[in-house]
Amino acid sequence: MNVHRSIVLAVALAVSLSVLGMRVALAQEAEAPPRLSWSFHGPFGTYDQAQLQRGFKVYREVCSTCHSIKLLAFRNLADPGGPDFTEAQAATVAASFQVTDGPNDKGEMFQRPGKLADYFPPPFPNDQAARAALGGGLPPDMSVLAKARSHEAGFPRFIFDAFTQYQEAGPDYIHAILTGYEEQPPAGFALSPGTQYDKYFPGHAIAMPKPLSDGQVEYTDGTPATVDQYAKDISAFLMWAAEPKLDERKRLGFQVFVYLIVLTGLLYFTKRRVWHDVHHPAVS
Amino acid sequence: MSAHSIYKPQSSLMQWLERRLPIASLVYSSFIVYPTPRNLNYWWTFGGILTFMLGAQVVTGIVLAMHYTPHVDFAFNSVESIMRDVNYGWLLRYLHANGASFFFVAVYAHIVRGMYYGSYKDPREVLWILGVILFLLMVVTGFMGYVLPWGQMSFWAATVITNLFSAIPWVGDPIVSWLWGGYAVGNPTLNRFYSLHYLLPFVIAGVVVLHIWALHMVGQNNPTGVEAKAEKDTVAFTPYATIKDAFFIGVFCLFLAWFVFYIPNYLGHSDNYIPANPGQTPTHIVPEWYYLPFYAILRAIPSKLLGVIALLASIVLLAFLPWLDTSRVRSAKYRPLYRQFLIVFFLVVIGLGYLGSRPPEGGYVIAARILTAYYFVFLLIILPLLGLFETTKPLPNSISESVLAPPQPSAAKV
Repeated sequence: MNVHRSIVLAVALAVSLSVLGMRVALAQEAEAPPRLSWSFHGPFGTYDQAQLQRGFKVYREVCSTCHSIKLLAFRNLADPGGPDFTEAQAATVAASFQVTDGPNDKGEMFQRPGKLADYFPPPFPNDQAARAALGGGLPPDMSVLAKARSHEAGFPRFIFDAFTQYQEAGPDYIHAILTGYEEQPPAGFALSPGTQYDKYFPGHAIAMPKPLSDGQVEYTDGTPATVDQYAKDISAFLMWAAEPKLDERKRLGFQVFVYLIVLTGLLYFTKRRVWHDVHHPAVS
Repeated sequence: MSAHSIYKPQSSLMQWLERRLPIASLVYSSFIVYPTPRNLNYWWTFGGILTFMLGAQVVTGIVLAMHYTPHVDFAFNSVESIMRDVNYGWLLRYLHANGASFFFVAVYAHIVRGMYYGSYKDPREVLWILGVILFLLMVVTGFMGYVLPWGQMSFWAATVITNLFSAIPWVGDPIVSWLWGGYAVGNPTLNRFYSLHYLLPFVIAGVVVLHIWALHMVGQNNPTGVEAKAEKDTVAFTPYATIKDAFFIGVFCLFLAWFVFYIPNYLGHSDNYIPANPGQTPTHIVPEWYYLPFYAILRAIPSKLLGVIALLASIVLLAFLPWLDTSRVRSAKYRPLYRQFLIVFFLVVIGLGYLGSRPPEGGYVIAARILTAYYFVFLLIILPLLGLFETTKPLPNSISESVLAPPQPSAAKV
């Protein structure tokens, strides 16, 4: 009984502490990004190839003006589990970019059309050039952005997230930022010059101008050309860019689970058999 | 049950080997006929799980090292190239990173078991101290490993933790520069952390040998805390303990696989996917989850030096448990008061872990101070006094009595 009482006391203490903490947290943090349903969620989740292709289109026509994606190679576009472009299509994309190569025989650097093995060239030669062109702000590289952003679930939700396999805080956050712009900040919010109000951005003042508007990117497959859809597609594309082996990982994961469950089950029954005589000694 | 039978080589080859290097008889006596108490529960499988995890970490780590570049300009991208271009590199890295977490899950379970059943008491003091040394080595190794991907959290964790040494009076700052190999965390720091991260697991392996050696000198404790006296109190290590350990390693691997394959970044911090940037401090610098209770203790103390001392003391004091605990009864099963205080102690450590992940402000600080106070009061005051005043329950005469003839409800009043 005493043990129970002390456990109850400890739990009560923990709950009151976390309530205390949540009040502190609520005062500072931006609104929690809505959790969307992604095709790549859960144990059997896979990327939606058409969505990745649309997302790539958004990246190419909008984001790539300012954001680099240095760790992505043109060849990756044709990788299994990716946007599922053919190698020829990926090569065409590559050839439409100019990459710097060299030095040549004369010791000079030169420009040439990209090849499959090349990486996406950055829009600016270096960070300083980007800052100079964009009024001081530095757009982050997008290669692993979808894993580098998240929103803390807080207690007790983070515990449930381990069971529901929630790993999409990054794409949820990116989608939220892209759809969270508001023309007018709430009354009393002083917006510093060169920033916009975004209800999901920590601190709300974001230096990136609202990048997407309805109808900006042409979709040929009948998908609605809305900011919300663009935001979903680019977030999915960036998740793939950050975690290109997700399909393979979940597929192998299922095989490993089947194997481990069978193995562990066999070990359990072997254990029972081995220990039988110890637990049920023959009466002499 | 031939608990004390001696290995007799059958083939002439093994006879030849036995006269030159009696390794087969060592294995035979240590891992086959070695007597192990018959009443061990599944808490006793974590030793085997830890050995397994050490092996798994060494194997995945060595392969990762073949592809990793310990240089501030290349480390982050080399880890990403492992994730993208190395065959099953993503698997190796997620196994290694989540494996470190599960290594700590297992070591905490192992420590909880040791404290609950009084496994540190005479004659197992040296065994226990070696265990505390192993835990310290794991803490250092894990920390250095976390620095290697050279993300934002890697860099700032390295900065915060190495800066703790600056709290030492007079020689603090020179020590910190010496650790860094410069005047800030930089390439020399990353290089030496990599070198030590590769070295320390083998030091751990060496101490594990001593730990197992000490264990085999004194024998295993068991849930009753009563020493094995007769042959019927024990069973042979193989097949009994071997199959039980193997089964539970399977269960443990299922948990690990859940994280590796389905939520590989759940235990990590998203900021560590941002390349290290010495010019930009993250909003909240938090260590890996397994250090959070100690981090909370560090921050609960207003003075930096005292905080560092408390942090160190919170681990080192554990080595003195055999002497802080004055009770002659080992197992918490027969110590009702100790059991209650100990369970609260475990809950306090979990609470400290939660507080370590929160920003050090407002109610969190007050709560962390209360829980830190309990941590030390338990170890330094409650434990020594309990042994003197606690009325313990009657112990069974032997292990086999506790297993084979469970006391009747009426006998429990005795």
